[in-house]
Amino acid sequence: MELNSIQQYLLREIADIDGEIKGAYNIRSDSMSIGRQSTENVEIVSKTGVSGMDIFIKPDTKGESVHIPVVMTQSGLKETVYNDFFIGDNADIEIVAGCGIDNCGNHDSEHDGIHRFYVGKNAKVKYVEKHFGSGEGTGKRILNPVTEVYMEEGSTCEMEMVQIKGVDDTSRKTVAELKAGAKLIVRERLMTHGLQQALSDYAVSLNGEGANADVVSRGVARDDSYQKLDLKIVGNAACKGHTECDSIIMDNGKILAVPALEANDVDASLVHEAAIGKIAGDQIVKLMTLGLTESEAEEQIINGFLR
Amino acid sequence: MLEIKHLSFAVEDESAGKEIIKDISLSIPDGKLIVITGPNGGGKSTLAKLIAGIEKPTSGQIIFNGEDITGLSITERAKKGIAFAFQQPVKFKGIQVLDLIRLAAGRELSIADACVYLSMVGLCAREYISREVNASLSGGELKRIEIATVLARKSLLTLFDEPEAGIDLWSFSNLIDVFQKQREEIADRSILIISHQERILNIADEIVVLNSGVIEKQGG
Repeated sequence: MELNSIQQYLLREIADIDGEIKGAYNIRSDSMSIGRQSTENVEIVSKTGVSGMDIFIKPDTKGESVHIPVVMTQSGLKETVYNDFFIGDNADIEIVAGCGIDNCGNHDSEHDGIHRFYVGKNAKVKYVEKHFGSGEGTGKRILNPVTEVYMEEGSTCEMEMVQIKGVDDTSRKTVAELKAGAKLIVRERLMTHGLQQALSDYAVSLNGEGANADVVSRGVARDDSYQKLDLKIVGNAACKGHTECDSIIMDNGKILAVPALEANDVDASLVHEAAIGKIAGDQIVKLMTLGLTESEAEEQIINGFLR
Repeated sequence: MLEIKHLSFAVEDESAGKEIIKDISLSIPDGKLIVITGPNGGGKSTLAKLIAGIEKPTSGQIIFNGEDITGLSITERAKKGIAFAFQQPVKFKGIQVLDLIRLAAGRELSIADACVYLSMVGLCAREYISREVNASLSGGELKRIEIATVLARKSLLTLFDEPEAGIDLWSFSNLIDVFQKQREEIADRSILIISHQERILNIADEIVVLNSGVIEKQGG
């Protein structure tokens, strides 16, 4: 697999890929698969009729990983890709996705990834998704991911979703349905700058006894950017749910946080927290007394916040 | 050597200006440990903040090692060797104890080197090094971490604003040892501590009593 320098750069940013990839993978570049590898326990099959893949992870698979990064380097490309993950009972797997768009032209580039996860009984999934944009062109870099998670009894899913930089427009939609004893942990990090817009919408249904969801979204809106965070948890059984939107606004940034809880069972215990504000002045002063300039202090505070 | 010359500081009150520091002059020679004490509201913390650059004086001058630093920013003063330990430690989100100690030291300290500073303030370093500097730490823990970051700066002039506040007795004894050690090590450095604690007053080379914005008493 030969990669050019832009492809290499994007892959490093979104998936820490530098050289050889261990385990199963599929690398998609400008709407083509440029490298794929299945393993004994992880099978990657192209879909027919639509663009995308089915990824089958055998029951009891332990300690394996799947990398499915996407890079786009041509201006004006638009694609919708459907990837379905079938995770067998008791499997323990790490899935690294992510999309990097480099748009040097004046046409918009857009990647809409629709990911569906069917998580088997007692299976454990760690999902890491990073979105990144670069390039000097006037064409927008647009990413509209849809993530659906269907969790069987006793399964665990830990999702780390990060939009690092350079994505002009994003509308993220995440839906999760949890059966008894399933546990969902979401850590979302969003940074917007310039005129960027980011919408993030979560709908989590806790349908079985002992289901547990912890959804935390941290955002920083700089310059003239805008973020809207819509976090909803529905408790339909004796369950526990927690959502947290924690945001920093800078410059002329604007953020709308709309946390929502719906309890349909007397034993559902749901909590939400939401906070928006600028960087606390005493944090900047403290770091300045350590010798940092005001802007260095801000960078440190934001880097920590989005860690 | 720090020289404060005719320093005044007033805040705009609703009706009239309120003067918190009134024409204070004071020298802090190299190698000395000076303690400022006095009643609450007497202007002690404000004086420390004026020295660190967190507040700007209404009039007067602050001279540090012969240079007029009155117009310099907090950052510039920090770079010239002034360190400040807050009375109320600042909490962060995501920034870890190790990050803060590294920022304070101004270099990539190894974990082992960073742990030395935590041990100095009586914290079991391994348990704390990767903790976030947030509300999950107790007031006493945050305070000791605050002091550790200031020790890591190895400054020429270190200001401690009520270091005893929120610290238990056992750790407090440790802290006294730290101050005494600091003083022994510093021929060209000085320490200024704001405190009400008798045991800190006892180790001072000089005690300054500040009341209602003026120096009421001064002596060894």
